[in-house]
Amino acid sequence: MHIPDGFLATPVWATLDVAAAPAVVYLTRRAQRTLEENKVPLLGVLGAFVFAAQMINFPVGPGTTGHLVGGALLAFTLGPAPASVVMVAILAIQALVFQDGGVLALGANIINMAIVGVLAGYLPFHIWGETRWRRFSLFAGGALSVLVSACLALAELLISGVRMPVSVLSISLALFAVSALLEGAITLAVMQALERIQPKTVRHPQPGGSPVLAFIGLTAVLLATVGVLFAAGGPDGIEKILNLHPASLHSTFLRQASAGILGLVLIYVACLVIGRVAGRPRSL
Amino acid sequence: MRHVVVDCWARGSSLLHRRDPRAKIVALLVFLIALATTSRGLPLFACGLLLLLVAALLWARLPVWGALVRAGIVLPFSAVFAIVSWLAGDPARGASLLIKSYLSALAVLLVISTTPLPVLLRGLEGMGVPHFLLDVGQFLYRYFFVISEEAQRMNQAAAARAASSWQWAVGQRFRASAGALGVLFARSYARAEDIHRAMLARGFQGRFLLLDATRFRRADLLFTAFASLAPVVLRIALDRVSA
Amino acid sequence: MSPLIEVRGLRYRYEDGTVGLNGVDFRLEPGESVALLGPNGSGKTTFALHLNGLLRGEGSIQICGLPVEKQNLPAIRRKVGMVFQDSDSQLFMPTVVEDVAFGLLNLGMDSAGALAKARAALETVGMSAAETRAPYHLSAGEKKRVAIAGILAMEPEILVLDEPTTFLDPLGHRSLAELLAQLPQSKILITHDSRLAAALCNRAVFFEAGQVSAEGPVDMIVARFGWDLAWERSKLRS
Repeated sequence: MHIPDGFLATPVWATLDVAAAPAVVYLTRRAQRTLEENKVPLLGVLGAFVFAAQMINFPVGPGTTGHLVGGALLAFTLGPAPASVVMVAILAIQALVFQDGGVLALGANIINMAIVGVLAGYLPFHIWGETRWRRFSLFAGGALSVLVSACLALAELLISGVRMPVSVLSISLALFAVSALLEGAITLAVMQALERIQPKTVRHPQPGGSPVLAFIGLTAVLLATVGVLFAAGGPDGIEKILNLHPASLHSTFLRQASAGILGLVLIYVACLVIGRVAGRPRSL
Repeated sequence: MRHVVVDCWARGSSLLHRRDPRAKIVALLVFLIALATTSRGLPLFACGLLLLLVAALLWARLPVWGALVRAGIVLPFSAVFAIVSWLAGDPARGASLLIKSYLSALAVLLVISTTPLPVLLRGLEGMGVPHFLLDVGQFLYRYFFVISEEAQRMNQAAAARAASSWQWAVGQRFRASAGALGVLFARSYARAEDIHRAMLARGFQGRFLLLDATRFRRADLLFTAFASLAPVVLRIALDRVSA
Repeated sequence: MSPLIEVRGLRYRYEDGTVGLNGVDFRLEPGESVALLGPNGSGKTTFALHLNGLLRGEGSIQICGLPVEKQNLPAIRRKVGMVFQDSDSQLFMPTVVEDVAFGLLNLGMDSAGALAKARAALETVGMSAAETRAPYHLSAGEKKRVAIAGILAMEPEILVLDEPTTFLDPLGHRSLAELLAQLPQSKILITHDSRLAAALCNRAVFFEAGQVSAEGPVDMIVARFGWDLAWERSKLRS
């Protein structure tokens, strides 16, 4: 879900922009290092593929079709850091050229879809990709990438005070769940097709790193997201979060800001942890 | 395709088109931030900003009505949330969502309609964004149309083979679409290898060397100053008047 | 005079193990133009990709006396200008003039010099008006011309063209043939168009299954292998 400008509260979009900038720089450098040689054409062309792939219709039922989002697929074929870089490029072009997502909100959209979404999608594959649960990990990766990024977006909107009664919230979550399952199914189907057509493009993650730490990281992300969602659900959301804070913070602005920042710092740290674990160099 | 029209607009030659992309980026950011940080007096401020944008569209010799309509792409999404806000008893927030999202989209549309994307990306390079990321963006944009055409052809071919009854066909069509995506991916991957070979064949050493970027001239400085000050001055003036 | 290209015993295997080239000998003398004919998959393109070191096989290849080895590649890639079959994969820069200048900048030329030479090359192929256009907006014939300009700008001694008339209509064929006829460089032309081969080349080499089956004058090779697009209508009807 691309968040347009005008939806997020100033402390939220500003914090996310500030958080996203060094993360993008770090991921860009990491992507350059992990690719065998300068692979600008490969990333660019596959980014164009993901864009174009959104036009291919997948039948979901009578008259309805869905489409691929692509973050997990990119992670499975390129690795998480290059996949993030491609997603950042896609989001930037979508925002600038198609006004799909805001410019000030780019930091939020990048964190949701290009960073957390890609990492969450890659994690099951990293853990189970080489085991007999491989097919499940492909499906779960696709589903998680969409689900986590959508929930994060929702959380950010709620923190910003966008009105969302429980009924609307439930419908949104149900829709997210459906999109997530669809993305999982499409991702799995395409990966299986690729394994037949061009097996060399599919990665084989080396087992290693610490699954425990990765689990903790992912759980932290999920808990933070779900926690924010529940706490913020409904018009009293902001007040509920604020009750966790010491009374010394008087100004409303500061309260909102610190509530937002606290949740997001938690998520950001979790992402860094996951990133370190998933990206640790393998011993061959 | 929708973008072809905007691409055409971007190739104009008005004074606004000729400004340095960095000047336009700075002006855009100031505009967006001024809009985003306003909560009191939003309707009046929004009218002022709309007038600024329309004036800029006229200066750029772009079709004003066409641009206003195109920026409406963001309205369906905002309208949903606006209606929910209104029903939840907060119509002011609903209006704010609609106004801010629309004006932001219009401002971004103005910039992209007066600056071809490759030029805009080069401008960002001069502002500290990692060049690897921007190079990926350039290639993405360059090959988006090529691969979209391939995707469209595959879509048509798949549709031509689709069975009429959907019950048993959903699974098959799903697999067929996945197969089509797999083939498209493989072709894109192969194309990337072709491109890489073509780059090596002309002596590529690892870095993209560029012809000289545009220089930041005095006209660009004047434009940046004026375009950045306008929303700020407007905001301060409105605050004074309403106080 | 020493040959421009001398290939002896070239062998190459693809990643999956199948044989691509099975011992190919080839010579290109200065001033000659040679057509590479043969069925799809016979190794013509694979052979061509060895000439500027994009593929590495066994055997010896010398370009203007330089063996194709890592340290010679920059010089060799300047001498051998390759025009690929798919122009979209060759024109990868955002605008025409940036693409034509790409090779020149890689050679270390400064911006002003590269721009001037790029413009001259565009003039040679008749595409000066398209300087600031994006490659996506060009027709197949225009893209091919710009691709050729990008190669000409580097002042190669040998032009290798892989099926240049693919995607072109008959008018495009003719206008490309006229352009190529004017270029003074020695040419290696991979093509299925026997008339283009006859018009531009002194001799032809026929590839089959990774080997050279025969070589000789273009007309003789075409007649011997039936490599002409024309056929008798009566034979079809019976």
